[in-house]
Amino acid sequence: MANNEKKQSESSSKLLNWIDERFPYTETMRYHITEYYASKNFNFWYVFGVLAMVILVIQLFTGIFLTMNYKPSATDAFSSVEYIMRDVEWGWLIRYMHSTGASFFFIVVYLHMFRAMLYGSYKKPRELIWIIGMLIFIVLMAEAFAGYLLPWGQMSYWGAQVIISIFGAIPFIGEALVEIIRGDYSISDITLNRFFALHVIALPLALVALIFVHIVALHEVGSNNPDGIDIKKYKNEEGIPIDGVAFHPYHTSKDLVAIIIFLMIFSMVVFFAPEMGGYFLEYSNFEKANPMATPEHIVPVWYFTPFYALLRAVPDKLGGAILMGLAVILPLFLPWLDRAKVKSIRYRGWIYKTALSLFAISFIALGVLGVLPAEGIYILLARIFGALYFGFFILMPYYTKIDKTKPVPDRVT
Amino acid sequence: MTEKVDQSKRHFLTIATAVTGGAGIAFAAVPFLSSLKPSARARALGAPVEVPLASLEPGEMIRVVWRGRLVYVLRRTEEMLGRLVGVTEYLRDPNSSNVELQPSYATNEHRSLNPEYLVVEGSCTHLGCAPLPQFEVTPSSDWFGGFFCPCHGSKFDLSGRVYKGVPAPTNLRVPPYTFSQTNVITIGIDSGSA
Amino acid sequence: MNSYKTIFPLVLIVILFTINTFAATGKSLQNANNDPQDIKSLQSGARNFMNYCSGCHSAEYVRYNVIASDLGLSDAQLQENLMFNAQQPFETINASMPSMDAAGWFGQAPPDLSLMARAKSTDYIYSFLKSFYIDQSSPTGVDNLILAGTSMPNVLWELQGHQVIIGEQGSEHLELSSPGKMSEKEFDIFLRDTVNFLEYISEPIRNARRALGIKVLMFLAFFLILAYLLKKEIWKDVK
Repeated sequence: MANNEKKQSESSSKLLNWIDERFPYTETMRYHITEYYASKNFNFWYVFGVLAMVILVIQLFTGIFLTMNYKPSATDAFSSVEYIMRDVEWGWLIRYMHSTGASFFFIVVYLHMFRAMLYGSYKKPRELIWIIGMLIFIVLMAEAFAGYLLPWGQMSYWGAQVIISIFGAIPFIGEALVEIIRGDYSISDITLNRFFALHVIALPLALVALIFVHIVALHEVGSNNPDGIDIKKYKNEEGIPIDGVAFHPYHTSKDLVAIIIFLMIFSMVVFFAPEMGGYFLEYSNFEKANPMATPEHIVPVWYFTPFYALLRAVPDKLGGAILMGLAVILPLFLPWLDRAKVKSIRYRGWIYKTALSLFAISFIALGVLGVLPAEGIYILLARIFGALYFGFFILMPYYTKIDKTKPVPDRVT
Repeated sequence: MTEKVDQSKRHFLTIATAVTGGAGIAFAAVPFLSSLKPSARARALGAPVEVPLASLEPGEMIRVVWRGRLVYVLRRTEEMLGRLVGVTEYLRDPNSSNVELQPSYATNEHRSLNPEYLVVEGSCTHLGCAPLPQFEVTPSSDWFGGFFCPCHGSKFDLSGRVYKGVPAPTNLRVPPYTFSQTNVITIGIDSGSA
Repeated sequence: MNSYKTIFPLVLIVILFTINTFAATGKSLQNANNDPQDIKSLQSGARNFMNYCSGCHSAEYVRYNVIASDLGLSDAQLQENLMFNAQQPFETINASMPSMDAAGWFGQAPPDLSLMARAKSTDYIYSFLKSFYIDQSSPTGVDNLILAGTSMPNVLWELQGHQVIIGEQGSEHLELSSPGKMSEKEFDIFLRDTVNFLEYISEPIRNARRALGIKVLMFLAFFLILAYLLKKEIWKDVK
């Protein structure tokens, strides 16, 4: 018995050697998993990166199976979605997982980004991780937007109509650009076909590549922590950071708990409220696209509404479009806008705490306003919260400089 | 670090979690794999097909499609049926002993319900090409007429039984069928079941 | 900093609720109060649908045999009571009337009803079907309080009776001018069953989905306990 086991382990280490001579398997596993040390004091906010990965996997898998039954044509798209929902065995589950996954992707990514703002994860030496992350966010928005046209319902069609028209605001080239995006004089079969190509091939490839780079960059400098201090400063005799624990088995076992809790919330939506009150699957999208009749109330899906509210807050087409573009781009410059000497919110002064709170409130408020009709008080509110949103970024170099910070401890708390 | 770690408890929990997680992944795989099966629409389109025989002359063959598969319906003459006897020594499985290739009611020399009508799938058991009907006999050879596959030269007799020495390993497949009315065959329903 | 952890999700929840209450405002609809788990109601709804709706409206994504197995109907019951427009149980529900003719008669083809309840809500359809009133100026002889100028005639007048509109603009309401075959209560039940069936066909797997959800959550809860214990065990190393 013991002999047998010995033999087995011998032959498996032989195989491992054979592989390692040709591919850095053991080295990679060590570097990224078993000997990647991250701070032991990670809290609730640190689970969203791994949850985003889980959702990515869900989206890729369900996406592949949806593609097997979906037909990207104006005549067949809508009925092929119903075909998936009714005729394909378990098709409904795969489709609901995909539609729910889209919304959860944004929830998780927004929280992941907010974590970075809480603990200054974008600051030196992690600027590049933040920039790549922002690119991921922009590609994800494009991916979601292209995907939303595919069911070819009323909201798909008219939402795309509105969003694509925004590009028409660009002087001189606007109209031509819009025609190039649509490939037609209006949104049509041709548009649907190319959005399908973007959604299932081009953008997912870009997304996966960027996420790979995001993680490689992260593992080069190491993860931040809620104290915003460098754990590599104090190492034990083996060269291991004293305040760090290995990704596996410590963070993996912790992340597993988070993943299961996430899956429970995810399942509650998939099985009990896949429409989520009309926010994850909009009711008008159960009607086939009809170019002759705009639905009464067009709103983009909830994850775009903060930016959409800004677009509508300006009575000028070009101005609105520029503002919306800026709102998406501005966070990219955070590493250089933030002049504070400390990273974490724990050691920042009251000014930054107030500013970040106002930012979070205005982002959510803009999201709500983007769903409501643009009239009366709502426009005024959108302008106020819009001003707060932009103020957070534009005034940041000043208020972070004068903000009184607290001394940062040497070791994680 | 000083606290003693109960290794057996840790080992047990690791295994239990891994097994449960594995079971979860297996459960999750079921919907994805099941979705690959023929859908309700495919099953609706693959419904039984009725073939009227009234206009089929003796010696004539028609092709019909059932579940997207080619099916030959051949009305054999007395003379053709006679040839089934002489050919047996050249055949690999003259008694249709491979029971999976035809319903029980077609496990006989003429491989059919009614000797006059042969119903076989027009798909060579070698690699799926459609065999061509070649019913005339070549004098002074071992060819008694039947089906000839143009792809790799497999030969079958007038009951769809495979010749020896050809690439096709087995006889042609007989689909389930029944005489639903006089002179009407329904392909896709077993004889006696409806 | 602790306040961030607690306040942020709370704010999110409050705001989501506010959106929901805001978004719910619209034309005042009557509550259909239907229950898609009530199989009896769905069975009579199916009969109502086949008798009164499927003449003009199709349900092109819905197969008869799916209805039969979900509502516990035998093949014979299906053939006798529901399958007026089809030969085979696996066919989808077509309207008896060709849609080109319908477009000519009504100005537009009657919409497919497969997803109507999901797109418009059962409350909407219920209120709509209850709100026809006599209007001699309209080509169909009726108009509708919920969808003014609808091209749909009041196919249920025989059951409901005729209604007339009373009151000033803004505060108008409908009153029965001549009674139909059914009492008001019977008619309400008739409509409730019908929209219940419409809700069912808009998502036939709805009940199965919920039943499976409970099992999935129970499995995950069990898995969670194990994973949590394992995490606690492993983190004993970390001091």
